[in-house]
Amino acid sequence: MFKYRKSALTAAISIALLAQAALAAEEQFFPITSYRVGPYGANGQSFFGGFADYLNYVNIKEGGVNGVKLVWEECETEYNNAKGIECYERLKDKAKVSSGPIHPMSTGISYALIEKTAADKIPMAMVGYGRTDAVDGSVFPYAFPLVTTYQMQASAIIRFLKEKEKGSLEGKKIVFLYHDSAYGKEPIVALQEEAKLNKFELTLIPVAHPGNEQGAQWLQIRQEKPDYVVFWGWGVMNQTALKAAQKVGFPREKMIGSWWAGSEEDTVPAGDAAKGYMSATWNVAGKNVPLIADIEKVVYGAGKGNLQDTSKIGTILYNRGVSAAVLSVEAIRKAQEKYGKGKAMTGEQVRWAMENLDISNARLKQIGATDLLPEIKTSCDNHEGSGQVKIQQWDGTKWVVVSGWIEGNKALIHPLFKASAKQYATEKGITPRDCSKES
Amino acid sequence: MIYREAGQFKTSYAADQQLFPIRQDRIGVILLLVVAFLIVPAVAGEYWFSAILIPFLIFSLAALGLNILTGYAGQLSLGSAAFMAVGAYAAYNFQLRIEGIPILVSFACAGLTAAGVGILFGLPSLWIKGFYLAVATLAAQFFIVWCLTKFPWFSNYSSSGVISAQKVVILGHEFASPREKYLLVLTLVAVMALAAKNMVRSSTGRAWMAVRDMDVAAEVIGIRLMPTKLLAFAVSSFYCGVAGALYAFCYLGSVEPDGFSLDMSFRILFMIIIGGAGSILGSFLGAAFILLLPIFLDIALPRMAGLLGLPFSNATVSHIQILLFGTLIMFFLIVEPHGLARLWQIGKEKLRLWPFPH
Repeated sequence: MFKYRKSALTAAISIALLAQAALAAEEQFFPITSYRVGPYGANGQSFFGGFADYLNYVNIKEGGVNGVKLVWEECETEYNNAKGIECYERLKDKAKVSSGPIHPMSTGISYALIEKTAADKIPMAMVGYGRTDAVDGSVFPYAFPLVTTYQMQASAIIRFLKEKEKGSLEGKKIVFLYHDSAYGKEPIVALQEEAKLNKFELTLIPVAHPGNEQGAQWLQIRQEKPDYVVFWGWGVMNQTALKAAQKVGFPREKMIGSWWAGSEEDTVPAGDAAKGYMSATWNVAGKNVPLIADIEKVVYGAGKGNLQDTSKIGTILYNRGVSAAVLSVEAIRKAQEKYGKGKAMTGEQVRWAMENLDISNARLKQIGATDLLPEIKTSCDNHEGSGQVKIQQWDGTKWVVVSGWIEGNKALIHPLFKASAKQYATEKGITPRDCSKES
Repeated sequence: MIYREAGQFKTSYAADQQLFPIRQDRIGVILLLVVAFLIVPAVAGEYWFSAILIPFLIFSLAALGLNILTGYAGQLSLGSAAFMAVGAYAAYNFQLRIEGIPILVSFACAGLTAAGVGILFGLPSLWIKGFYLAVATLAAQFFIVWCLTKFPWFSNYSSSGVISAQKVVILGHEFASPREKYLLVLTLVAVMALAAKNMVRSSTGRAWMAVRDMDVAAEVIGIRLMPTKLLAFAVSSFYCGVAGALYAFCYLGSVEPDGFSLDMSFRILFMIIIGGAGSILGSFLGAAFILLLPIFLDIALPRMAGLLGLPFSNATVSHIQILLFGTLIMFFLIVEPHGLARLWQIGKEKLRLWPFPH
């Protein structure tokens, strides 16, 4: 009896240990530095809600990636750089074991993490923000400004306007109204190059943070009488600009914003002042994307949804969060193909996968994300992978896509990244990798 | 019983005037330094260095700088973050533009640059006082941040305006790991804190305090107001400037002007209000309170919620954290308006009499 009990005990313990070992091996960790409170909390809730919902969706629908369950831990950054670093350091130990890409969703935090993530071998994705010259993967192996960058987006907007003007912008006047910060200033170089190439007149008008007072700027715009206003706003600045444009009588149909100035959070508070306003976007809004509808059905049906306010499902930022998660999960899949299916991937392995992503339209269709985001194909010297955006227009109640995928002028813009990355490498004493030797 | 100065006789002026006249204090400070320099680096993990200890020390230094100006010289300032920005950008530019300049020299030059700017913005203090001066220093806060954004030269024409700090190399050794950076920051902070402690009991410090308590009376007894006030601005900004340089080089690694916002100036001001205005120790206690308490709550609250089985989301935890933090600030200010340093002092006095208080 006693002997029997003892062996039963050993068996139980060994089963428990085995189960634990199996459990430990089958979990893919995602460090999430999110913000759901603070000045940009509303934006963060939608984005990170979408991100977590998709991870949950993969867990429920497929039981994880090839059986590897996706787990994550969130840490609140309040969009504050110092807090972001604290969060990153807190999540780092777990992320060193296995790590999906980290999405800071803040240019400031991503700048602060560039060196740290490279040293810790944790890949960082900056989907549509962050340090744009990281497109050059030879200098920034662990940073991925995926899908598209501010510069490529500005270039794509110019192409869109050019097509609208029947192929020539010569002699036109374009005002660039921007948030006076790292975010707003990045596209300036690209716009200046475009101005030289397309011979239009570019006027730069900065708006100081937070941008809830723009009287002087719009007075200047009224005097300039530009043909278009390209608009790089963020947060409260966006609705203020739309209202101010209405006040001075500038047609909203001639205003075209960046993707941070093109969400429901920006247009709804502006009321009818937003009608006709256009913005770039790299993902579409709405629930008519099959994946988004399915997430609502599967995840929220099971009561495991991340959002308390379910009306946010299908908003532009929610879909952006889902798109970011799709990219991350596809990277995990890719890594497993190379390093072993059914295993948790380390940051280094995921990094390789992110550099060799190839998400075709066929694959997007498979996961039900057709047109949710553009095709992505990355490589060592192109961490961006796409450079395409769509233009959408606010019809007073919802965003309507008014163009196909438009690619920025890569030949013009990518050399700018190369030059900037090279300067960074010399400043920091980094020897760039030889991309021709990467596989 | 343990903390009693009975039997400690001072036989010379030097002994009477030393920095820590009570033997137990001396032992305590030495022990603290030994722990900080030898034991902490041996046991603490990376998280502790990069997320807690380094920012704590850097903000202590900034609070110390503000304490010199506000706590000792009585000039209210809301521009501390801006002076830190000057320090950070100056150190970056010295490193960038002068070939082979040692990093410590750049830090010192960054401090001096900040001191120069501080003197400039300290000039209004000769005519205005109190809250009006606070408003004048507010101008420094906005002007400096605007200036760093406006002129791309300061950020070496970086397209985003963000600067990325260079490597920290001293005598051929690169301070790369968080542990090494911690030791560097600790050394600088320890040296500067001791210097401040010395300064405030010298004739300069006494002149500051005289001006703080009543500037007319100070003038009557022969203290020249202009040099005294401006010196306070210079020294204070020097400390903030060095703190800013360390913030960029040893903590964040890359900074942008907007990071040095008014919000940060307020935080530094709260540090000295909570910690104790007019106390060196108070700067450290205040920095610890303002910086570490939110992190502690952030880590402890979800665990407590988990134990009690409450369904807290991340956002709720953040809201509760802000709520609790605010309540604690009010609690401490009501219980001890002179700050944590005063509580410590009262504790020490009680300890001296313990266990026979009568």
